[in-house]
Amino acid sequence: MSAAEPATLPEPGASGEALLRVEDLRVEFPSEDGVVHAVDGITYQVFPGKTLGIVGESGSGKTVSSLTTLGLTRLQGANVSGRILFEGRDLVALSDGEMRTIRGNDIAMIFQDPLSALHPLYSVGKQLIETMQAHHSVPKKQAKERAIELLGLVGIPDPKRRVDAFPHEYSGGMRQRAMIAMALANEPKLLIADEPTTALDVTVQAQILALMERLQSELGMAIIIITHDLGVVAEMADDIAVMYAGRIVETASADAVFSNPEHPYTWGLLKSIPRLEADRSELLVPIPGTPPSLINRPSGCHFHPRCAYAQPDHSRIDPALEPVPGDPGHYVACLLEAEVRRKIWAELQEGARPQEAIAEVGLEDTAPGLEETSG
Amino acid sequence: MGEEDIQLVPDAGSSAGSLDGGDGEALVQVRDLVKHFPITSGVFLQKQVGAVQAVDGVSFDVKRGETLGIVGETGSGKSTTARLVTRLLEPTSGTIRFDGQDITKIKGKRLKAVRREVQMIFQDPYSSLNPRKTIGSIIAEPFVIHGLLPGKGERRKAVQELLETVGLNPEHYNRYPHEFSGGQRQRIGVARALALKPKLLIADEPVSALDVSIQAQVLNLLRQLQREFGLTLIFIAHDLSVVRHMCDRVAVMYLGRFVEVGDADDLYSYPRHPYTGALLSAVPVADPSRHGDKRRLLTGDVPSPADPPKACRFHTRCPKAQELCSIEDPPLEDKGTGTLAACHFPLTPEEVAEIGLPGGPPRAATG
Repeated sequence: MSAAEPATLPEPGASGEALLRVEDLRVEFPSEDGVVHAVDGITYQVFPGKTLGIVGESGSGKTVSSLTTLGLTRLQGANVSGRILFEGRDLVALSDGEMRTIRGNDIAMIFQDPLSALHPLYSVGKQLIETMQAHHSVPKKQAKERAIELLGLVGIPDPKRRVDAFPHEYSGGMRQRAMIAMALANEPKLLIADEPTTALDVTVQAQILALMERLQSELGMAIIIITHDLGVVAEMADDIAVMYAGRIVETASADAVFSNPEHPYTWGLLKSIPRLEADRSELLVPIPGTPPSLINRPSGCHFHPRCAYAQPDHSRIDPALEPVPGDPGHYVACLLEAEVRRKIWAELQEGARPQEAIAEVGLEDTAPGLEETSG
Repeated sequence: MGEEDIQLVPDAGSSAGSLDGGDGEALVQVRDLVKHFPITSGVFLQKQVGAVQAVDGVSFDVKRGETLGIVGETGSGKSTTARLVTRLLEPTSGTIRFDGQDITKIKGKRLKAVRREVQMIFQDPYSSLNPRKTIGSIIAEPFVIHGLLPGKGERRKAVQELLETVGLNPEHYNRYPHEFSGGQRQRIGVARALALKPKLLIADEPVSALDVSIQAQVLNLLRQLQREFGLTLIFIAHDLSVVRHMCDRVAVMYLGRFVEVGDADDLYSYPRHPYTGALLSAVPVADPSRHGDKRRLLTGDVPSPADPPKACRFHTRCPKAQELCSIEDPPLEDKGTGTLAACHFPLTPEEVAEIGLPGGPPRAATG
């Protein structure tokens, strides 16, 4: 296991004390085939009232890192190291009992699939009440009133009647709202939303995103939104962390990630999605290959087998997350020179193909066997 | 059920605003297609108590060599439409003509012959491939079914050519589906669909189960194959950006009906139906600088197709709805800008500008 150099710790921003500060977090799962390095030394922080977007593909470790924040991976036999400082307390060191007082109370989570996250045999109201009573001694009657209020808050029509309905009687959008209501029941300081709208239609997605933003501004909570949808993060996030193979490969403000992305993987993500505002004839530039195995990770830079700009030594040297010169708050783990990266992105922006951009900046074209499937 | 028939099609061949999108012989002609799934109750004597009106009076043409996109939300009937065209489902009423032949009711040998010409790519690359068969035998299955290429060597050669066409290693024909990633499996699905050199390919959400970085690989492949083989493609997806990227013409479905049909550029730059406008406005844009843009949010959920609203089906959620909309069903007709829309009060240029479309302000309206 190539021990990565410790990730540079991004300095706290001007906005004061971080609510959550994750430091060099590693999560490993032993398996029959070997150790799965699900999260491999990531560092990030979230400020009160702000939204951090974590972007990545399946298997990039984005969900595992958040489940670990809630203490949910240790039950699955994971080896966790590093620190998760929430209001100054290290969550990694807490006992299961102590963790239980925080989970669902100070930190709440919205899961991707609301149908499997809600209990089918209890009414939505009962599940809401249970969430409240797990942490506070609230009389039942008062808790029910609060449940109705919460359902109304998230825009469930006729909450007085719906509070006694069962999850199967709700539509997909309503279930997701009910999940949000449940997450908000104890007014958490941090809300973790894992692909909160992936299972939803686009018009319902727009409603849910608007709802989360409204509630954030009303309640002042911090949000971590985990998604593969670049549109959703652009819409929601103040800061973005791009994850690949268990690491953060780039992190910056949302504006910087979209206007001056520094990592070839981020370029790939941005160039491979069709955009409504782009010319229809514009070619998509796919990222070749497939995400790597987290058991036998590629040597050196984990992205090098899929990177069009990889140089011979990139398969040996493991890049650390380092500040981007001249752009405070922007960090990238890439072995290319900052100058070269900037030139390549400028070329790509002009519509150049990766091969053309390589030629333009005079890099060695070492991308053998990349599937050429674009036509 | 179906108390109001959708208006009939303008003469095929009339230029602007016809369902076939202008001149050119249509490969597929669908008229007043209806599919109602019965809802029954009772244990012994099953009595029909209602019907899910999955597709309710849909008419369209697909020209040879074009890509028709069908967008819509869950339950809009887009997949049912695809399954009706391939005759995987029996239509309740309406006609489907393929290549000049009425295929609505054909059976047996004739149906089998049509199925050779119409192939489908499914959404889930995991469940659509038999895990116990090698990909070689999966891709060769169409040859077996239709009794083509009887020689073993011939079949293997054809399979390897197909693998190469879709960008997979031809030497891998002996491997099993689990040895491939999602994107590669979807390529296998494409290879199988291409095996019989079909005239029509129907892709039902072909990339929605794939990771973002892989989606582009499959989309580019489909575009390239279409160009190479002159395929006619019906492309079904819920992702509006993907549909725009792939399609020449786009149809928007809502609760079993087409509410708007038009050239992709026209429809995306100047939607006339308020539902199309709402869909476009709801798409999150990968550009934080547009963060403050106003959006037109629809309220509520899509009504149940078992009990759709009367008259215009969108009137219960439509920001422009008036009394007329709940009384009279609007016909799908040319609204003067080239696209057909089923709306009494189509969007005006000012309203479209207000939505703040990702593609910028609408083009000047003509006519």
